[in-house]
Amino acid sequence: MADQPIPLVINDLHKRFGDNPVLKGLSLEAHQGDVISLIGASGSGKSTFLRCMNLLERPDAGEILVHGEQIRFRQLRNGRVPADWKQVERIRAKLSMVFQNFNLWAHLTLLQNVTEAPIHVLGVPRREARERGMALLERVGLAERADYFPAQLSGGQQQRGAIARALAMEPEVMLFDEPTSALDPELVGGVLRVMRELAEEGRTMIVVTHEMDFARDVSNQVMFLHQGRVEEAGKPQDVLNQPSSERLKQFLAPNF
Amino acid sequence: MQQWLTEIAPWLAQNDIFTPATLAQYWQGLVNTVQLVFISLLVGVVLAVPLAIARGSRWPWLKWPIWFYTYIFRGTPLLIQLYLAYYGFAFIPGIQETWLWFFIDDPTYPALLAFTLNTAAYTTEIFRGAIKATPRGEIEAARAYGMSKVLAYRRIILPSAFRRALPAYGNEVIFMLHASAIASVVTIMDLTGAAYYVYARFYSPFPAFIFVALVYMALSFGIQGIFRQLEKRMLRHLRSGS
Repeated sequence: MADQPIPLVINDLHKRFGDNPVLKGLSLEAHQGDVISLIGASGSGKSTFLRCMNLLERPDAGEILVHGEQIRFRQLRNGRVPADWKQVERIRAKLSMVFQNFNLWAHLTLLQNVTEAPIHVLGVPRREARERGMALLERVGLAERADYFPAQLSGGQQQRGAIARALAMEPEVMLFDEPTSALDPELVGGVLRVMRELAEEGRTMIVVTHEMDFARDVSNQVMFLHQGRVEEAGKPQDVLNQPSSERLKQFLAPNF
Repeated sequence: MQQWLTEIAPWLAQNDIFTPATLAQYWQGLVNTVQLVFISLLVGVVLAVPLAIARGSRWPWLKWPIWFYTYIFRGTPLLIQLYLAYYGFAFIPGIQETWLWFFIDDPTYPALLAFTLNTAAYTTEIFRGAIKATPRGEIEAARAYGMSKVLAYRRIILPSAFRRALPAYGNEVIFMLHASAIASVVTIMDLTGAAYYVYARFYSPFPAFIFVALVYMALSFGIQGIFRQLEKRMLRHLRSGS
């Protein structure tokens, strides 16, 4: 295990929007099979942190290493840009993201959504991609919806389809950005069940979530973010059951 | 039905306007109109796709010239553009001695030039709007899955935008067909030119122009039908419910 490269390492990440610093030195280490839940109030920076990991947001300082490979940056007058976009694209293909609003491609069928990036980014042969895509749709319970367009599916079905799309990349790490926040309550369960199965089969996952039960039961690490800093982190039973900071106590307290 | 036929039969027999000769004239006009419009539209689309993409570029020296071009061509009458192309170029000193004269002397080429630039300007703006309307999340997903900008355009943004642009582009095609009638003022024998010829020859405006109006109408309905079928197929994904 020791000589295996770590799937994802983040060192001292900083990010500001204009004059407003949103991430003030965040670090994270995701080992094979880790499920890390990022929790915190809105505005705490947890989604921005996640979006920096695959460079949908551009961090101003700090290191990102995916499977041992560091993303290279180039310093410009007005900030830092990736030195090599080809490298960024290659690394992004190893970090599949599942979005809050699903973001399935509306003009493609569900199966086409699942096979699109494997075929055109990874260069998987069409037939193989289709077979694997069907198997993945089967897994998330959507095999009979393969030829439907996203608009013809419920939110829960779309999100499970989006998870199948993410799995089709055979990613190093899966990034979940509040995957159940846009769903009707009765549809949340199906999506969480799929995510739980992924965790059990040893996928490395980083999950921004408001589902405390999921964070407690499924993840092996919880990070509580507050104003762009890690306020508290550790095993879920410690962090969530015996919070030490006042802010986390407040965050976990039921609001009436 | 029978009655109706027997009633118009004598009229047909003694009608001396719609003879084989004038019908041949109309036919040639139809061919010219269809050619003129089809070539303009085809070249127009080919020009409009890169222009629409560049129009949304961050680089001002790429973006503003295209904005200026579409602004000029959409802001002035097509007839003026046609006059400038046909009469204007001919007055450039010395042009009669160059090879360009071959193209300017024949009204077809200036008309093609004006029509193409005009429809390319409108089509650029139609595509621009459709590209801009691509949901941000879908572009983000394309990038997050490792697509380069070019690949994201080719696989996600343009296919989605073309579908959205279809209804507006169908209107542009019909508009271009009708606008092409002005080709007749620079002596092109298009449908309208043929109708004018028949009118001038027999001094009978109603048969000459109503007939040609019906031909334009049939063409328009045909185009509408084609676009309706296309929309049915290509915009399937926007209808919810199964």
